[in-house]
Amino acid sequence: MAVKGYIRERFFPHLWCPGCGHGIVMGNMIRAIEQLGYSKNEVVVVSGIGCSSRMPGYLDFHTLHTLHGRALAFAMGVKMGRPELKVLVPMGDGDAVAIGGNHLIHAARRNVDLTAIIMNNSIYGMTGGQFSPLTPFGKKATTASLGTIDHAFDIVELAKGAGASFVARTTTYHAKELVDILAKAIDHKGFSVVEVLSQCPTYFGRKNKAGSAVEMIKSYQAMTTPIGSKKKKENPELLERGIFVDEQWPEYVDEYQKMMDRVRPARQTV
Amino acid sequence: MSERLTFIQGNEAVVEGALFAGLEFYAGYPITPSTEIAELLSDRLPLQGGKFIQMEDELSSMCAIIGASLTGLKAMTATSGPGFSLMQEALGYAVMAEVPTVVVNVQRGGPSTGLPTSVAQGDVMQARWGTHGEHAIIALTASTLQDVVEVTVQAFNLAEIYRTPVVLLLDEVVAHMRESVRIPGPGDLEVVGRLHTSVPEGTDYHPYLTREDGRLPMSDFGGVHRYNVTGLAHDMWGFPSNDPLVVYELLHHLVDKLENRADGIAMYKEYFTDDCDILLISYGSSARSALHAVEARRLRGEKLGLLELQSLWPFPKDTVRRICEGRSHVVVVEMNFGQICEEVKKVVTDQSRVFLANRIDGVIIAPADIERILNVIRGRGA
Repeated sequence: MAVKGYIRERFFPHLWCPGCGHGIVMGNMIRAIEQLGYSKNEVVVVSGIGCSSRMPGYLDFHTLHTLHGRALAFAMGVKMGRPELKVLVPMGDGDAVAIGGNHLIHAARRNVDLTAIIMNNSIYGMTGGQFSPLTPFGKKATTASLGTIDHAFDIVELAKGAGASFVARTTTYHAKELVDILAKAIDHKGFSVVEVLSQCPTYFGRKNKAGSAVEMIKSYQAMTTPIGSKKKKENPELLERGIFVDEQWPEYVDEYQKMMDRVRPARQTV
Repeated sequence: MSERLTFIQGNEAVVEGALFAGLEFYAGYPITPSTEIAELLSDRLPLQGGKFIQMEDELSSMCAIIGASLTGLKAMTATSGPGFSLMQEALGYAVMAEVPTVVVNVQRGGPSTGLPTSVAQGDVMQARWGTHGEHAIIALTASTLQDVVEVTVQAFNLAEIYRTPVVLLLDEVVAHMRESVRIPGPGDLEVVGRLHTSVPEGTDYHPYLTREDGRLPMSDFGGVHRYNVTGLAHDMWGFPSNDPLVVYELLHHLVDKLENRADGIAMYKEYFTDDCDILLISYGSSARSALHAVEARRLRGEKLGLLELQSLWPFPKDTVRRICEGRSHVVVVEMNFGQICEEVKKVVTDQSRVFLANRIDGVIIAPADIERILNVIRGRGA
């Protein structure tokens, strides 16, 4: 099926700005799902609030557009309610690591089988360009016209520390790698976190003179390198891409089922 | 038939009612004085194939039950005071997205951390207006543990019928006291299940297209209909819209579906109201003291009666107006500064005949507290 077969054309055109990276993430998420062979009825997409979170509305899956930062909490209910469903949670900077940061670390700690796709554009886009917990130190935003003095989170380190069993990072420049990583993340049994650097030329780009959308995408090629590459040793400033963690640990919903199986026959005889 | 007689606590009565109603999913965060609900369900739900999760806070608990409800499960959370404050944003989401859910708030003294182990009824208006924006809500309450079981079942029924969150507004005394309760057997009480759409696969299903009878049939996530659910103003597809006509009709639908049926939803009990001069109106644990005061004065030949409200929202205006008609005085008995008293004043013909008997100090209002107000009314001093 073509990508078109997975979208709700009725609701187009989408609201993303020209040059926004989120459409690239959406398209490649669809390709990953198609590659894995899931039927549309098997997939649930849960989002919060923000530019990235408008994605589910355009997708022909079961879609749930929720509250700012709480997508993972809603997704917990969906996953426990129907464990056989594949639950994907696209999030932006705020949803994932600001207002929703607590839910991210707890979902990771539980190792519940959800796929968190974090579109890192270093800015709050929907509200018009304020700095986020992913805005690099010193960069400008409408609430940091002199440059932010906040330090940014490293999503990969945060997810690893919180116990996510699958952690990866890539960018909108590396489209084929993005499909591959998303497919592995969706297929992974347990909590998976995929950080995707996604350009925001309208706000982050303009405020920080980062150039056009094309120039911003190209910068992802220049500023990243595969995990463990020689280039990283030569230039420690480069950001590593690829799969950082891919482990099999007991998964939450499975463990719940095991607990039920353990107690039900025993207690019923009492 | 197979009913059981037990001696249990109020929070346990909630659990019995919820399980009778078919509870399948519970998410919560421990908080006094509602914690026993979570403790008991963590033990009992897995036994019958239900799901229990202790979330990281109350807001995420409310979010989780909305997610679970959309997969077709009957879902509930329980909390108190500060936790109920945290849930408000998601409560509004359940109102807007019309997701059946039950939220138990065992009221304790507030504001803020307040009096965690003491009784109060200060959250009546919060249940009504705690979440932002124009909306309607159902809030139920009870004063005896037998009623707690039955009202809990009804909370689940109303949530399904009206596709709405229902607040079960108990208080610390009701939640922690113990009484004999007959646990109903199968079929003893009506249980309303999820209304599923009859639209076949391959035909467009509109999740927010109201049927002629006002109900909106649902389709479970994971089923054959794929649709969008959002907290934004939305059209019949569940897709965001800011078209003024769409918004106007949505807001009217959300409010009218409950407010226009307030007297159909109304749950109340009447004691000695046939011939009473003075009518007490009360609810929750306050109603027990009110009933005691009424019965004591009846023994002395005084014509007192009691209207015990079991549904607070939508406020049963016509019912209250009718029962207040012709009384010399109306005394509202509650543990706050008059949150229901003000509602009563709005609907009666003569506001100057409505009095408040209250306590707000974390101590349950006693019959003697009510007596003092009755003496004032009768011109005998406090």
